[in-house]
Amino acid sequence: MDKKILETVKELTAEQLGIEVDEVNEKSSFIDDLGADSLDTMELVLALEDEFGIEISDEETEKLKTVADAVKYIEDNK
Amino acid sequence: MINLEGKTALITGAARGIGKEIAIKFAETGCNIAICDLDKEKIESTIDEIRETGVEAYGEVCDVTSMDSVKDMVKKFLEKFDKIDILVNNAGITQDTLLMRMSEKQWKNVIDVNLNGTFNVTRSLIRSMMKNKYGKIINISSVVGLMGNAGQANYSATKAGVIGFTKTVAKEYGKRNIYANAVAPGFIETDMTEKLSEKAEKDLMNNVSIKRKGKPEDVANLVLFLASDLSDYITGEVISVDGGMRM
Repeated sequence: MDKKILETVKELTAEQLGIEVDEVNEKSSFIDDLGADSLDTMELVLALEDEFGIEISDEETEKLKTVADAVKYIEDNK
Repeated sequence: MINLEGKTALITGAARGIGKEIAIKFAETGCNIAICDLDKEKIESTIDEIRETGVEAYGEVCDVTSMDSVKDMVKKFLEKFDKIDILVNNAGITQDTLLMRMSEKQWKNVIDVNLNGTFNVTRSLIRSMMKNKYGKIINISSVVGLMGNAGQANYSATKAGVIGFTKTVAKEYGKRNIYANAVAPGFIETDMTEKLSEKAEKDLMNNVSIKRKGKPEDVANLVLFLASDLSDYITGEVISVDGGMRM
């Protein structure tokens, strides 16, 4: 897993959800562990799109459950 | 004084009537304008008129009942303007008749434009508004969506539907600085109300306190207020502009 992408995803996640970066690890589930609701998830996706210059469709968004899922998607589509 | 300089508004069904008046009123405050309609010639003449105010203005032919047509229109406007700050869902039709005579087609046509059209355009633009963390959405409902009207089962249903939709958008995206409000015009002088019979017109006017028909401008003034920062603590609201028809 790309460390730099992971760190950026963790930072953006913490920022969007208003939590500390060290509360987020690669196995964290956005909804179950970090308390994100569906709008938070959408907002995070928009932030990731901006940061990495990618497009994440609504169908793909639903599949991104954890930080690791997001990192993998970014690695594959960057 | 309202100043919308640097903002861009998309107004649907804006080649004539209330939509056109809204577009011109917005342009007069410096707002760039994107309009869509079905009538190409009327779009062009309206755009010419809007450009006289000195703002940037473009029009597209778009059928709001078609998601593909809407997506294409939104994409083109976002290429031209980068962002759209204000959306006015104004496109609407009537096909009036008593319920017992109303065909399935008449029911569906009106739902398709007034309700599905509002969904299609808002759905296509909401992502971009979320990214910008800003949006003012104003949906044109109607006083009959609040009180019903004989001969307008289809139209009233769509206009009541628009109110529920507006409140939901306000709840979902308020956190993102996106506002959604509905405007409920009463009896306004447009091509749409010109079709009314003399008797229907007289009956309607009996209930209007301010003894004149409304002008498109009366509606446009309220929409302008809701598009401006003067209304920054108002969302999920329905405001009537009906001369006191419904109290």
